[in-house]
Amino acid sequence: MSDVAVHEADHGTHGHTTSTGLSNNKVAMWLFLGSECLLFGGLISTYMLYRGRVSVGPRPGNVFDIPFTSVSSFILLMSSLTMVLAVSAAQNRDDRGTTLWLTITALLGATFVGGQVYEFTAMYNEGLGFTTSLFGSSFYTLTGFHGVHVTVGIMMLMSLVGIIKRSTIPGDKAEVVELIGLYWHFVDVIWIVIFTLVYLIPA
Amino acid sequence: MAIIERPVITESVEIALPATPSRAQGSFKRPVATTGWKSWLFTVDHKKLGIMYGVMAMFFFILGGLEAVLIRLQLAAPNGKVLSASVYNQMFTMHATTMVFLFVMPMAAAFANYFIPLQIGARDVAFPRMNAFGFWCILGAGIFINLSWFFGGAADGGWFMYAPNSGPIFSPSHGVDFWALGLQIAGIASLTGAINLIVTVLNMRAPGMSLMKMPVFTWLQLVVQFLLLFAVPVITVALFLLSFQRNFGATFFDVSAGADPLLWQHLFWIFGHPEVYILVLPSFGIISEVLPVFSKKPLFGYPFVVFSGAAIGFVGWGVWAHHMFASGLGPVSVAVFSISTMAIAIPTGVKIVNWTLTLWGGKLRFTAAMHFAIGLIVLFTIGGLSGVTHSVAPSDTQQTDTYYIVAHFHYVLFGGAVFGLFSGFYYWWPKMFGKTLNEKLGKANFWFMVIGMNMTFGPMHILGLQGQPRRMYQWTEARAGEGFFNLAFWNQIASIGSLILTVGIFLFIVNVIKTSRSKERAPLDPWDARTLEWMTSSPPKEHNFDVIPTVHHLDEFFHRKYEQDPVTHEYKQIATAEEIMADQEAHADKHIHMPSPSYWPIVLAATLPVIMIGVIYSIPVAIVGGIFLVLAMFGWALEPSTAPETDFDPPASEESTKELTPLV
Repeated sequence: MSDVAVHEADHGTHGHTTSTGLSNNKVAMWLFLGSECLLFGGLISTYMLYRGRVSVGPRPGNVFDIPFTSVSSFILLMSSLTMVLAVSAAQNRDDRGTTLWLTITALLGATFVGGQVYEFTAMYNEGLGFTTSLFGSSFYTLTGFHGVHVTVGIMMLMSLVGIIKRSTIPGDKAEVVELIGLYWHFVDVIWIVIFTLVYLIPA
Repeated sequence: MAIIERPVITESVEIALPATPSRAQGSFKRPVATTGWKSWLFTVDHKKLGIMYGVMAMFFFILGGLEAVLIRLQLAAPNGKVLSASVYNQMFTMHATTMVFLFVMPMAAAFANYFIPLQIGARDVAFPRMNAFGFWCILGAGIFINLSWFFGGAADGGWFMYAPNSGPIFSPSHGVDFWALGLQIAGIASLTGAINLIVTVLNMRAPGMSLMKMPVFTWLQLVVQFLLLFAVPVITVALFLLSFQRNFGATFFDVSAGADPLLWQHLFWIFGHPEVYILVLPSFGIISEVLPVFSKKPLFGYPFVVFSGAAIGFVGWGVWAHHMFASGLGPVSVAVFSISTMAIAIPTGVKIVNWTLTLWGGKLRFTAAMHFAIGLIVLFTIGGLSGVTHSVAPSDTQQTDTYYIVAHFHYVLFGGAVFGLFSGFYYWWPKMFGKTLNEKLGKANFWFMVIGMNMTFGPMHILGLQGQPRRMYQWTEARAGEGFFNLAFWNQIASIGSLILTVGIFLFIVNVIKTSRSKERAPLDPWDARTLEWMTSSPPKEHNFDVIPTVHHLDEFFHRKYEQDPVTHEYKQIATAEEIMADQEAHADKHIHMPSPSYWPIVLAATLPVIMIGVIYSIPVAIVGGIFLVLAMFGWALEPSTAPETDFDPPASEESTKELTPLV
């Protein structure tokens, strides 16, 4: 069994130096994140175009609870720290530490998503539905896409915890941890941009 | 697929193809079939997938062609009665959608899939299962978009689907929904394909193959994949906004709700302009392979062709608003995009010059592939020149939405992209199938196509400048004009031309059928070619190369066959392709580990159309589809990309594991 596992681990990088020296998976993740920049670029542009367009319903300044969102943003940023600790533990072949920090990262991410659900509910109760105004539509679309990205990230983190628990070789998933870490940091960085543009800069 | 053992090095046939998967991964045992339909359905082999892309694209080419013929029949006579106004709108929308997304892009992907690994000396792509997934996505997208014909009518807003035509008031059927959601699936295929091929080119080149020793086809495909990588997410956003508007009541493009209809135009063309380079650069790559081979000269100014390709890739992002000159952008934007559009003609012109100078002084052989390549140079130049007239904003304002535009983009897309693809068919057919397409029929195919296309699209310049609007559904004798500018006459010429064009395509199909029935095998190196894909058997073995070549030159294969005399500077032959092959077989790698086939790509791809149908008709269906999507993702993630050694009969011995040649 362990031979097989070693062999499989080899295939992550094909047990062979690539032309660039970077593993295929890592180059692929960077490319994917590059593509994601354009996705969020499009969504953010749409929001920036439409944020002042309110004919009925609340305006941006009336519905945002900046202290609340600041706290949830802080929680999401802290999850980047725990993600770094998970990557570091994985590179030290410390599976217990890795799963611990991955779980904490996922919990912090879930707290953020929970906060977003609460925030959406509160805004809806204040009269801002998805179809109320162009501001509402573009706001929910942008932050909703981000929330879906965080949720997908949480699913990947939890699956990774399960996979590491099944694995018999300490640290053999270190690269996967790193790759999901890249994705996680990307989603956090995008949130910094969204938080600044959507919440902090007045329309 | 699987491990190929080579105990006796002199034998060139495949040996010991294994066997029974010993344990299930996820919920299924891995597929093992190497023949029959299962070997195609679950394959991850880049060559099989390339052929599947090609077959699919050809089917949609014929479908889109029939749509075009119906359009021309409608316009062949005054007060055309072939199509109703509503069906006519669907017809031109679906013609463009089919040709762009379901023919040219998948056909370019077919060549990319098949030839990039071969040209860089690799045994497969970086992510073989993702490759299969991309194919099943684009096939699903093609079927899904065309299903709309049977569910109340296809999309009818034109291929760029401007608001308000895309909205529920002007397009009440589900056609636009099918279109938008289907293109999302096609976008997933493009995105996975782009990531996969970029990683393949960057990471899996044979030893010694630096970037500047790569064949031009691979280079230009690399540029195309980067364009796809960054263009697809933009159309994804636009399509999401459109779907949210149509299905969930948002008002992103509804002017009466205060929206800006230009938002759609910007998002669409930020994607749409790079898209035109996505369509044409693969064909540029193909003819950059074909011209040197049939001129018996290296490509003139290789670095210029490469860097001008990359320059097109960059500048292509800064010209999108020239599609919107008539929308009132304001003088500054118009001036900027005018100038950038003129600028992009420069790298394109560089290519034309390089190709022409490749021909200059060469020992030209006028094969069918060469005919199409030269056809491309000439026809694309005509299309390029009319393109430059669009960059002059005042003149473009006259031309916007007239047949002049239709003429322009058919010269660049049909005369450019399609002629390049046909050149590729004739050039690479012997490599892909081991048989050469009939040259005589090929030349007839070329002449019918070139005459047909000039008769169809040439008159459209005149029609357009006389003011015949694009997408016009009927014309009447009363307003046709007189003399040279008689619209009736030129419309009839165009319609006759489209029939001649059809004959040309028909001849190609006849040629394919005739060739597949013929017993005659193509020689190993029928064209005296220059690049690595010819340094293996035809069709290539499953593992492509018996031994991974070490590259020392641009045009490596040519330099293995020919040597330059130091005194006279003449090239003389030092080896034949057969000798090079025999040498490879003698030194064949003993233990080659190929990626294993998998059920998951097709299963995962099949969930996407289910979700999309659910979004249109019933959300619970979408949720069920979504659950299967997640399950399939887990199945995929838990399955190793290569089956473990224990899955094979007999299990690989200790010794052979030591000699394991890494999967490149």
